[in-house]
Amino acid sequence: MAEAGDRAIPTRIAETLDKVGRSAVAGIAEVGLGAVLLWQSIYWIFLGRSREQPLRISATFERCMEVGIRALPIVTMLSVTMGIMFAIQGIYTLRVFGAEEQVTIGLGISIVREFGPLLTGIMVAGRTGSSLAARLGTMRISQEVDALEVMGINPVRFLVAPALIAMMVMVPLLTLWADIMMLIGAGWYVTVDLGMSFAAYTDRLLEVIELNDVLHGLSKAALFSILITLVGVINGASVTGGAEGVGRMTTRSVVLSISAIIVTDMIFAFITTRS
Amino acid sequence: MSEQAEKPEDRERPDLTDAPAVIEVKKLVTHYGTRKILKGIDLTVREGEIMVIMGGSGSGKSTLLNTLLGLLRPTSGNVHILGEDLTQISQVEKTRLRRKIGVAFQGGALFGSLNVLENIMLPLREHTKLDVNTMRIMARLKMQVVNLSGFEHLMPSELSGGMTKRAAFARAVVMDPRILFCDEPSAGLDPIVASAIDDLILNLRDAMGMSVVVVTHELESAFRIADRICVLDKGGILMTGTVDEIRSSDNERIQNLLNRRTETETLDPEEYLKRLTAAND
Repeated sequence: MAEAGDRAIPTRIAETLDKVGRSAVAGIAEVGLGAVLLWQSIYWIFLGRSREQPLRISATFERCMEVGIRALPIVTMLSVTMGIMFAIQGIYTLRVFGAEEQVTIGLGISIVREFGPLLTGIMVAGRTGSSLAARLGTMRISQEVDALEVMGINPVRFLVAPALIAMMVMVPLLTLWADIMMLIGAGWYVTVDLGMSFAAYTDRLLEVIELNDVLHGLSKAALFSILITLVGVINGASVTGGAEGVGRMTTRSVVLSISAIIVTDMIFAFITTRS
Repeated sequence: MSEQAEKPEDRERPDLTDAPAVIEVKKLVTHYGTRKILKGIDLTVREGEIMVIMGGSGSGKSTLLNTLLGLLRPTSGNVHILGEDLTQISQVEKTRLRRKIGVAFQGGALFGSLNVLENIMLPLREHTKLDVNTMRIMARLKMQVVNLSGFEHLMPSELSGGMTKRAAFARAVVMDPRILFCDEPSAGLDPIVASAIDDLILNLRDAMGMSVVVVTHELESAFRIADRICVLDKGGILMTGTVDEIRSSDNERIQNLLNRRTETETLDPEEYLKRLTAAND
């Protein structure tokens, strides 16, 4: 019995190492696939016309509507709420030092540089990234992607490129909108709680927020948009096993997108604050 | 069972012995991972011919179709479609070649976000510079051929199984392809609709002079439409011949397939397990 147990330990270690190795290889393969998809999308966006397969402009506008315009109500509502919440927490924390008047500095910089892009990225990942993965997954299991290929229509040009452009244009714009809405929400609470006028609050914001802070946030938003698109496409294209597979990969897409956004955000913040 | 299906000889079949080959497959081997699925397939389809590829589940017929369509890369061997070797040509040449073939998928593979007319017009939109009105006229003509006039503005989710297949056929032939591939055209349809789909395939061949490759496991349909039948089993070809030659074959496995004798009666459990887990040999 003991001998059998002794033999089982190396086997279990080997199995664990095997699993870790396979997962690592699969992860690297997915990163590679993402790079290929990005390259192919750029290729079709710029060179599609010369290959008689131009970018589908109407589909790109349709995607823009889906990613940006239709997301406005939820982004607005959550941004205003988050802005109020940041103001509540900021004032509460600074009151310990008797410095609650300085809350505007913290709010302005943290919202524009950090929370605006992050919140928008997470909302877009949950809303648009999941729908992209589900749509592609369903198209894959119903052989629509195969149909495109055998019709001589490149699926990356037809499906991925319009989504990528729409995301890269609309996510930074949504972020800008979310920044403004958060600052308005926070401003409303600050004026109520501290008795500061809204004009004074706005003047203070304009003093502390620099163009670089806004660009920092928007660059991150553009980066997040690429990540969300690629993760959604990779997961959608990997669907197997019918409706259950679509559900599984959609969930995976949302989890991976949000994880990728947070990790990238941290790396981006680290690199840009060193220089 | 209809009279026509019982007597395939009722239909006059053209003599295509001297017709040029549009598809030539030589020593084709395909793997899924380490599993060998196709084990050296040799097949020729002639111009104007309806070739039916038959076989039981797991015989490799879908893999063969996907390889012929260039969706799967073979491990070895050659696939010549209209004189071009699929295994050698560049992606651009493959795209150009694909404009000369049409495919009707098993489930239709119509795009859910486009209505029937837009689905059928899609290949024209993507590959031609025709104006929209001309494309609409061409798509409507094809809808007439498949008996789907009047359903232009329905979405794919609003179509019945038979209508979906008809729409898929219309899309597949809208560019007037030289070869039409059909994956299980009558699967999941009631006998009357299935028979109408068989008529449609015959009409399309006769009207447009295209070669047709049909993958099916429906015997009745196969005997009705085929000029020749290729029977696959375990990734290899058991026999290729005319309907009469297949019917009169004394090969036990072919007779099992024709008489719908289940494999469990004839298959040793050990052999079956070996087939399920077969690795590359």
